[in-house]
Amino acid sequence: MSGVRVLAGTRKGAFVLTSDGTRTQWEVSGPHFAGWEIYHVKGSPADPGRLYASQSSGWSGQVIQRSDDGGATWAPMGNQFAYQGTPGTHQWYDGTPHPWEFARVWHLEPSLDDPDMVYAGVEDAGLFRSDDGGQSWQELPRLRGHESGPSWQPGAGGMCLHTILLDPVQQGRMFAAISAAGAFRSDDAGQTWRPINQGLRSEGIPDQDAEVGHCVHRLAMHPSRPDVLFMQKHWDVMRSDNGGESWREISGNLPSDFGFPIDVHAHEPDTIYVVPITSDAEHFPPEGKLRVYRSRTGGDDWEPLTTGLPQENCYVNVLRDAMAVDSLDSCGVYFGTTGGQIYASADSGDSWEPIVRDLPAVLSVEVQTLP
Amino acid sequence: MIRVVLPAHLRTLAHIDGEVHLDIAGPVTQRSVLDALEARYPMLRGTIRGHDGGPRRAFIRFFACELDLSHDPPDDPLPGAIAAGTEPYLIVGAMAGG
Repeated sequence: MSGVRVLAGTRKGAFVLTSDGTRTQWEVSGPHFAGWEIYHVKGSPADPGRLYASQSSGWSGQVIQRSDDGGATWAPMGNQFAYQGTPGTHQWYDGTPHPWEFARVWHLEPSLDDPDMVYAGVEDAGLFRSDDGGQSWQELPRLRGHESGPSWQPGAGGMCLHTILLDPVQQGRMFAAISAAGAFRSDDAGQTWRPINQGLRSEGIPDQDAEVGHCVHRLAMHPSRPDVLFMQKHWDVMRSDNGGESWREISGNLPSDFGFPIDVHAHEPDTIYVVPITSDAEHFPPEGKLRVYRSRTGGDDWEPLTTGLPQENCYVNVLRDAMAVDSLDSCGVYFGTTGGQIYASADSGDSWEPIVRDLPAVLSVEVQTLP
Repeated sequence: MIRVVLPAHLRTLAHIDGEVHLDIAGPVTQRSVLDALEARYPMLRGTIRGHDGGPRRAFIRFFACELDLSHDPPDDPLPGAIAAGTEPYLIVGAMAGG
């Protein structure tokens, strides 16, 4: 029988949850790397046993860990993330120039077909790649070096490159998103980049439809239709039907269009999920009700999914990398909260249950569907 | 023999139980101790100081013989008790760092 492995990064360690295909009984292992912040753990699509984890701490900085056996054992890899050339400056919160400084790896995106190739999105915003299983890292400098780079400013959580999407159809096409610079696309495997933010409007910047400066929180795509992108922005849920060339708002009847994660059903490219948050100042669900919203129409029309989720006195947040889907039938949907719960739905979101409670604050959730 | 004590999170990272014992040829300085430590445990590179002998990380401190050596030049000789192995060289996670 097939199975599922959930990879959770938290403020104080990583956890691996496994179940068979029924998704009713879960075994929890961890904390791995106890005491360290684990921003992200993700498996290789080409080799499910190969996992990469981003481990960091205020004391000792960045460590990259790798497992070749599905998380049973781990080994530290290379942790030298050196910006190529003279790093230059971006804008600081007060508008002054600030040198680019590496802080941590937010997101690891393994190649679709090579277990030894993995991309890393880092703070301060930059994109790195390893071709040797994480032992050494080289920057793809043209993204950070884009002519708009000196004008980029950090979001409240830092100037992070938090989203990397690899196009499974068009060779060499990839997307990245940076808070608070916006979304970018490369058509040559990361050698050159351009902003793709036309149609975004952000009240927090003086020129609302500027080419860069938008606080994109998350991008998502369905692999069968990579020209269609979905975006959760600081405010607004957006959609592009042309690989990011232009965007239109699909917030529709959401109770709030502020939020962090967005994801796509594994088998229905127009079924998408968001978790509305009250506002930029109030990072908790409206009315204290934890509701996932699902659209089966690719946006605009949304329905609340509440069965099994707390509907009173709930004031957790769901962070941008903390939602994922499996590819079983029916599609499983998973998300983790800053309150330490991981909720799972084995029926595409119709009903939910916590598969673990009381973890440290959950930073990221990834899911592997195992044969 | 130089005795080095690491904070718990770095002992875990490097799979170290207890103190590290290092033999150092030549002057016993903070730089030579850290060079020898990182040579034996490459996974510690970048976690105590910058790569290639770069500056101390902001929330790491170096203590020895009841002295805070964190701000001392890295090539200054360490106290004789460290070089003799009667006192350990302490690498400490600062109270502000966690």
